[in-house]
Order: sequence, then C-alpha cells, then structure tokens
Amino acid sequence: MLQIISLLLENKPGALMRVTGLLTQRGYNIESLTVGRTLDPELSRMTIVVDVDAHQRQQVIKQANKLINVLQASDLTESPAVIRELVLVRIKMPQETRTAVLKEAEIFGGRVVDSSTEGFAIEVTGDPEKLDEFIDVMRSYGEIDVTRSGALAIALDSKKLRLQPPVLKVGQALSPAHTTE
Amino acid sequence: MSTLMSGAKMLLECLAREGVDCIFGYPGGVTLPFYDVLYDHHIRHILVRHEENAAFAAQGYARVTGKVGVCCATSGPGATNLTTGLVDALMDSIPIVALTGQVPTKLIGSDAFQEADTFGITRSCTKHNYLVKRLEDLAATVHEAFYVAASGRPGPVLVDITKDVFQGQGHYQPVTSIHLPGYKVFTEGHTGQIRRAAQLIQESERPLVYSGGGVIASDASSELREFVERNDLPTVNTLMGLGGLPSEHPNFISMPGMHGSYAANMALSGCDLIIALGVRFDDRVTGRLAAFAPHAKVIHVDIDPAEIGKIRTPDVPIVGDVKRVLAKLNKLMADEAPAVSETLTAARRAWWGQIRHWKLEHPLQASTSENEIKPQHLMSEIDRLSGGQAIITSDVGQHQMWAAQLVRFSHPRLWVNSGGLGSMGFGLPAAIGAQMARPDKLVFSIVGDGGFQMSIPELGTIASNGLPIKIIIMNNGYLGMVRQWQTLFYNNRLSSVTLDCFPDAEKLAGAYGFKGRTIDKPWELASALEEAVREPGPYLLNVKVTSFENVYPMVPAGGAINEMVLGPPQPVAVPAK
Repeated sequence: MLQIISLLLENKPGALMRVTGLLTQRGYNIESLTVGRTLDPELSRMTIVVDVDAHQRQQVIKQANKLINVLQASDLTESPAVIRELVLVRIKMPQETRTAVLKEAEIFGGRVVDSSTEGFAIEVTGDPEKLDEFIDVMRSYGEIDVTRSGALAIALDSKKLRLQPPVLKVGQALSPAHTTE
Repeated sequence: MSTLMSGAKMLLECLAREGVDCIFGYPGGVTLPFYDVLYDHHIRHILVRHEENAAFAAQGYARVTGKVGVCCATSGPGATNLTTGLVDALMDSIPIVALTGQVPTKLIGSDAFQEADTFGITRSCTKHNYLVKRLEDLAATVHEAFYVAASGRPGPVLVDITKDVFQGQGHYQPVTSIHLPGYKVFTEGHTGQIRRAAQLIQESERPLVYSGGGVIASDASSELREFVERNDLPTVNTLMGLGGLPSEHPNFISMPGMHGSYAANMALSGCDLIIALGVRFDDRVTGRLAAFAPHAKVIHVDIDPAEIGKIRTPDVPIVGDVKRVLAKLNKLMADEAPAVSETLTAARRAWWGQIRHWKLEHPLQASTSENEIKPQHLMSEIDRLSGGQAIITSDVGQHQMWAAQLVRFSHPRLWVNSGGLGSMGFGLPAAIGAQMARPDKLVFSIVGDGGFQMSIPELGTIASNGLPIKIIIMNNGYLGMVRQWQTLFYNNRLSSVTLDCFPDAEKLAGAYGFKGRTIDKPWELASALEEAVREPGPYLLNVKVTSFENVYPMVPAGGAINEMVLGPPQPVAVPAK
C-alpha cells in the first residue's frame, strides 16, 4: 500500500542522501519524492510516497526521526492531509478532436499551457488518483507524453515541532545528554 | 586572540580537548599535514598494519573504557578499508570517531589519485558522517562528532577532511555549545510507563530480565544488580550484555539464544514477563519469532525509539537510558513496595525451582578428553586463570560461542566481541585497543585459526608497542562454525573450510621477537596458559583442539529457542575430502 510520509529536514549537503538511503537500504521502492525550501530557507520539506506496509511505515518514520538532519518525520497516510500533484501532458491528436480534448481538460480543471497545430500541452493539479484518470482520458484521444511532479502534501492539523535545545559544553567535557522525557 | 594555526593543528587541538590520548591509524598522502603535527604531540598514534584494524582497535579501546575510540585513515583505500570496522561499531552501538583525509576540495569529483566518495560510502556505515571542506567548520564539526558518537545510542561517526582544510591557517574558536535541533535523545523514560512497568513486575509470577549491550553502554550494571536483587529476578545476559550482571551472581542464569544455555532459553520461552533492558530482540536470541516467549508480556527499555516495537511489540514501551530508567524504577519500587500475596510468593518460588531444575538438567559443561584438548576445556582453563577479572577479546565463530558460554565475567567491559556484524579478524586488533586503554589489565585474545590468519599483520603492531597480549588460538584446522553447519545441514560436505596450512606458532612469534608455542595435549594446557600469563610480553599460544567438536546447545536456523539440539546426534568423525 502507498504510504505518505512528510519530513522536515535541514537543508544540508547529504540530507537527501540519508533519507533516500534509509529507504533503499531496506529495498523499498520510492514512488515519488518531492523536496523544496520552507519559509525558513535553512529547512526543507520533503514528501515521500513509498510502497510499504503499515508496520514498515512506522519503522521508516522512526528511523527517519533518528537522522540528525531530520527535525520531524510524520505520517500523512492516516492523518488528515491534503495531497496534490501536478502533471504536464503533451498530447498530439487529430484536428477534429481538439474541442473534445479541451472540454475534458476543463472537467479536470486543467489549463492549456501551450497550443500548436499538432496539439496541446496541458497542466493539471489534483489528487494523484484524479491525475491517473486524466491521463487515461487523454490517452484515449491521441499520443501523449507525461511528466508528473510527485505528490506534495500538507497536514491539516499542525503538529508541535519539538526542537532540541543547544547542549552546553562544560570545560573539556560535555554536559550529560540533554534530558527530555 | 588565539594563535594562528593550521587546520591539522586545530584538529589535534580538538582531539586533545576531547580527552583523546591515543589514535589508531595509518597515514597517507592527504593526511600528511596531520601526521606532521602529530609528530611532536603528546597524543599517541598507534600505527596498525591495515586500516580495518584501526577501526577494530578503536572499538577495543571504546568497549573497555566507554570513552570514544579514535581511528584515522587516508583518502580512498584508507577510508574504504575502515568500513567493516565502522559497520561493526554501528551494529554493536560502539562510540568511535573515524577521521579520514580527502583529496583537496578543488579536486573532488575529478577522479583524483586516491579519491573515493567517503561521505557517500560511509553514509550507511555510520551513525552520522561529515565532509569538511571549509576550515571554519572544522572545530565545530569535530566536537559535534564526538558528541554524536557518545550520546544517545552510541555509534561510529566519520569526519572526512579535505587536504586544503588541513593546510589552511585559522584560529581555533572554543566550541561552547552544540546545536543539533533534530537530534532527539530521550534519556529519562516516561514516568507513567515506569509506574506501569513496576506494577507488571509486582504482579508477574514468572518474570525474567533479558539484559543486553545497552546495560553495558549506559554503565547501568549497579542499577541492574539492585533491580534484580530487590525483586529476586532471574536474569539472562545476551552476548553483548555479558558482565552486565556478574556471571557468579545467584540471579544470573546464563546467555540465551542460538548457542545459549538450555536453562536461559527455557526460561525465556516459559516466562510470563520479559523485562528487556537495552536489547534489540536479535534473531540470534529470539529464534523463530512466532514461537518466541508466546505467553509473555514485554517491558522494553531502550534509548532508541526505533528499537521499540521493531521486532516485538511491547506491552510497556519505555524510551530512555537504561541506567536512569532502572534508577527510577528502583526508587519507585523501594518507596511503594506493596504487600506480596502468598500465592504470588509461591508462584515465584516455583518459577525459581523450575529454573534451577533446568540448570541442573542440562548445564553448560566443559567436557574434557584424555588425549585431545577439547575446546571447552581450553575455555574453562582460560576462565580459571582469568577468575572473572581479565579482559577477553574474541573473534567470531565457535570459539566465540564457547568463550561466551564458559568464561565468567565479574564486571562489565571485560568481554569484547563482534556481536551484531560478526566480523572475523576482530579479536586481535580489538585486543590492541583494549590493552592500550587498560595497560594494567591481563588481556586474552581468543581467536580461531581462521580469524587469526586475517589478523597476522597486527602481530607487528603488538610487538612494536610491546603490548603483553596473550593470544590464544583455538586451532581446530577448520573454519569451525561454517564446518559445523556443513556437517549438520549440508550432509557433511565440507566445502572450502579446511585450513590445512598453519604457520609454526613458535617461529611466527619468534619472527616478531616474542614467544610462541604450540600444544596439543590436555596435560600441557594449564601449564602452557600459565606460562603465557607469566610472560611479561606478548605471547602466542597455538592450542590444537579436537577438530570436529560442535557448539551445543544449538537452535537450528528458523527453530524456536526451546527446540534446542543439546548434543551430537551421532559421533561425528568424517574426514574432509
């Protein structure tokens, strides 16, 4: 089953490698992965869609939380969240179906971003399953090329972000590990 | 204003401030600037003969002291050679810091001489790793590396440093704090869960403490002792946890698992409550999971949240440092000891009676023979000389299991072995680190004839540093553990396990300038070991033992731990082809 995991991580070299390594070393296939800057330019938000079972998802989240560059790993599979993906479709079709294609694109809330005598380039955002349907519909009209962005997700309830305070160094030795219950 | 210094000097400054007194390493092209400043510094550098052994030696140092061990290697092959030692430390949660040189920043990615993607390669070999390309990041990174290695669940941390950073000039700025907002360390344990744990313990009729490497790592043995004595709990120590509770302690049963004792495995299978302390329910302990302690409730204490529920879902999960959690549990149970019902007392007494019965039914015994040295006999003689006090480093295989079964440990940090990764070639270099850290201690390095031959180059390190390690080779002429599996599960087709050429121990040791001897008669054993211990320097004792002895009890792979094979099905005496 597809699981959706959202990560907040430090924007540092190697951070992406640590997350993907965590999945690949367990032989899990990443369905999609998106990453981008947050309001704080030192942090990135990553949305991962991975095909594992629920127990494996728990392990992935726990292991991701152990990564020093990861501030928060959370499960969006079973918690309220909005999931969106963007698809760009280039379609070549006969002249007589142009209107029909435009009509279909409109049904899916699509936007024509390029138009030529051969066909269109159409942009649609939506739920990943909706995009699957859109792609199927477009395929029935002609020859298509598709690029998908991968899923982006945002949780609908805000989860408290617990950041660790700095650890003071006392003389040569370090203070005992910070104490959080 | 501090004085201007090179990056190499700054690295040494950081190491000195971290209390490092000894580095195990091997120099090379890009680490030349570092070795130049090391030349007249008080930190000792032990030149090993292979970088893998530098990582093992650093682990030996860390395992006997609890301090961070340090190893060092050059770029490319130096760094790649470290990897086995890093993964080994990761599996056993041992704090080490590995310092590696990297080609100059300008040359990274150009396939320069001795360039390797150390940062990428060691991502999965370490708890965390760093690539330092700017001198201004060096000091903070090195101090952070030591902090990450030692805190939380300990582990290996690698710092890859480019040559231009070593050569650059800058000022050392003392690091006053370390800020890792995403590094979550939970030490205290949840009070409510600790309370629930106390209640389960008080109600249990057949409790069992399953104590592991976490008890050693957090120095919790005195808290553990108080805990098991207060509640009179039977206790098993895992391979990584040996010495957590002294072997002679009346509450100690022995080691559980694939080659654990009958009593320990039966107790794990039959208990109604497992108090799991700093363990990870390793497959070598649990056997077939579905049949593992099916009727037991589980209290699982571990500092790593990812271990909780990874293998077995606990009834009471406690994320915290075992030492602190046990201290709280002890206090709680002392303050609020409830009246114990007579039925419970009777049930507990019956449980102890059952365990004692199991212990007597199939004890771990050191069998002896009149004309041949039995491996078990060798271990019991080493045990006699150690008296629970010596440091024992072991390699991997049959000798490791016999040593774990038969050698007693009265304290933690005496038993040093590669538990999780099972790296052959670990025992001898680990002894180098252990002896460097504890020059006052008698160190036995028990190795097989296979693993020893992976480590022979380190005899040079031992000799040149005058380390009085007693190397005891349990020589059965085979890769014994693989041979055992071929015998038992592959119709005795002994494929590529015969080690029929072995050097003359006396000549080999003599070539390095110390004493060695080969024995094969049981009546020589005690005196030969005593001679080795009396010798002020290193000693190489090659003990030829029975070739076809198998380690028992044995839980076959995929079996339940209460379905042990307790002894040979028939006399095993089939020669190799």
